[in-house]
Amino acid sequence: MTERVLEVDELQTVFYTRAGLVKAVDGVSFSLSRGETLAIVGESGCGKSVTALSLMRLIADPPGRIVGGSVRLAGADLVKLDEAAMRKIRGNRIAMIFQEPMTSLNPVMTIGRQISEALILHQEMSRNAALERTIRMLDVVGIPEPEQRAKEFPHQLSGGMRQRAMIAMALACNPEVLIADEPTSALDVTIQAQILEVIAKLRREFGTAVILITHDLGIVAETAERVIVMYAGRKVEEGSVVRVFADPQHPYTRGLINSIPRLGLIRNRADESSRRLQEIPGMVPALSNLPPGCTFAPRCTLASEICRREVPPFEEKIPGVFAACWHAGKVAAVANA
Amino acid sequence: MPEPVLEVTGLKKHFPVKKGILRRTVGQVLAVDGVSFAIGAGETLGLVGESGCGKTTVGRTVLRLIEPTAGTIRLEGQDITRLGKSEMRPHRRQMQIIFQDPFSSLNPRMRAGDIVAEPLKVHGESNREVRRERVAALFDRVGLRAAQMDAFPHQFSGGQRQRIGVARALALNPRLIVADEPVSALDVSIQAQVINLLMDLQRDLRLSYLFISHNLAVVEHISHRVAVMYLGRLVEYADKTTLFTRPLHPYTEALLAAVPVPDPATRREKIVVQGDVPSPLRPPPGCHFHTRCLYAEARCRTEVPALREIEPGHFAACHLR
Repeated sequence: MTERVLEVDELQTVFYTRAGLVKAVDGVSFSLSRGETLAIVGESGCGKSVTALSLMRLIADPPGRIVGGSVRLAGADLVKLDEAAMRKIRGNRIAMIFQEPMTSLNPVMTIGRQISEALILHQEMSRNAALERTIRMLDVVGIPEPEQRAKEFPHQLSGGMRQRAMIAMALACNPEVLIADEPTSALDVTIQAQILEVIAKLRREFGTAVILITHDLGIVAETAERVIVMYAGRKVEEGSVVRVFADPQHPYTRGLINSIPRLGLIRNRADESSRRLQEIPGMVPALSNLPPGCTFAPRCTLASEICRREVPPFEEKIPGVFAACWHAGKVAAVANA
Repeated sequence: MPEPVLEVTGLKKHFPVKKGILRRTVGQVLAVDGVSFAIGAGETLGLVGESGCGKTTVGRTVLRLIEPTAGTIRLEGQDITRLGKSEMRPHRRQMQIIFQDPFSSLNPRMRAGDIVAEPLKVHGESNREVRRERVAALFDRVGLRAAQMDAFPHQFSGGQRQRIGVARALALNPRLIVADEPVSALDVSIQAQVINLLMDLQRDLRLSYLFISHNLAVVEHISHRVAVMYLGRLVEYADKTTLFTRPLHPYTEALLAAVPVPDPATRREKIVVQGDVPSPLRPPPGCHFHTRCLYAEARCRTEVPALREIEPGHFAACHLR
């Protein structure tokens, strides 16, 4: 195994709301190696974004709070750091890009100043050196005429260019870990392909480890090595992307993979019955009112007595694939029947 | 070919751009610039393209929610392009719309049952009991329980709200439904439920759909024929199998190549098309796509390519094909 840069252990983040205690992230653990891309997938409300924000220590308190677990970045536990110490790390050694670049860039500051700011603050660079590196970063992420663009404001750039600028900003200090939270969901498909290419290139060039948060299984399959599937605040499956897609062990993962229409898959099948997409019945439960036992049980066709009573342990089901399911062995059998 | 349910010829919609205190018109956005297509009974035409290509404007113009600048719209053979408000009324029953966002398209202060009953009321069904029965049947048809008729929209999940939107569209037994990104706001596991519902309804009721989406995989799944738009014009138009297996236009090719495939075994080397979509305010001359096209030649920069039938049933607007 190569050098581990990040280790997350039993992370627990809760929100105190009027509806009661909401366990948005409930005991999530994973590790990340240098230069690796780990995808976290799941539907809205599964806790994937809260996990990311917890790693960055960006959970607003109140109403939220990290109540348990640790996040180790090269030895230091980020959960225990005070805000001043965290500021030195945030944006410097662990950086994040968001879905909508327009809302995460300062609209009244030029692109160049915004990126330089991080360098001046974290790397103690002079203004000129910081601007020079900024222009180089803009060039690296594929922004044409970087000197000119550095003088422009966010609204003067297109959506794709803004996301490139965000990436340049996130990577300016050469962090060990880059968290990308739905980085392309607001972009058109041709622009999305460009941005994913930029992220992959930077990962190769700088050895940055990437946590890619997405709901798009296509993006997972094309860009990540490992994948974590989350459901209702918990990890339900984890493994290498190739293995998980070939032989998912959790019924939710299998349901997700089967529920998406795919380009070209139905080309040769004309009859109506095979054209139906597989549905996952029901909907995601409210986090404030989770069922006991397995949280997926109410939507699961395999659910039995034990599923409704006890939380399934997260364990290795086939070599390299971990899942939390009492009936993992039956998942493949039922799907093929 | 039997008479199409919808036939659109040379449709144009230009929006003026106004500036200054005097609101002088300083330019035109050619949102839709000469689009023609037809949809048969029980058929789905998928309309794909990136943001700002004019696909939503096509949908709304077809329904006469936006007045077209030029062109004709025929619904079941009758030209409805210039009909007045009252003449338009009987035709409105025949065509309905489903919106993308199931949160903003339902009145939060109306009960779900009343939302679905609204079109019945507007189109003259005055008997409350009859309306209620019809709504109950519609709820059942789209997979909601009749007991939920008295609930308010916020009490439903996203997928259920989209079902309410579908029920409302079905209330008047329309022939044509314009579905504008109907599943884009939904979670993946819920998307499948709504897509299956739309396909079941089409089979049972012989509905025609104009299915507008940016999601190529969903469009391939649900459509019979597919039209690709780029900056206000159709660039390619064919039956689904042809379009997805043998695209002729470089833009269609680029779009298909850009879609991430959820199968790690088929990781491909991609041809990533460079550059951004140009502003529709100042589209490039000639072929709109030439600024991003890998194969562009001199005449692509000056001459607008016509949409030609390159092989039977397969249309493309490219000089090089």
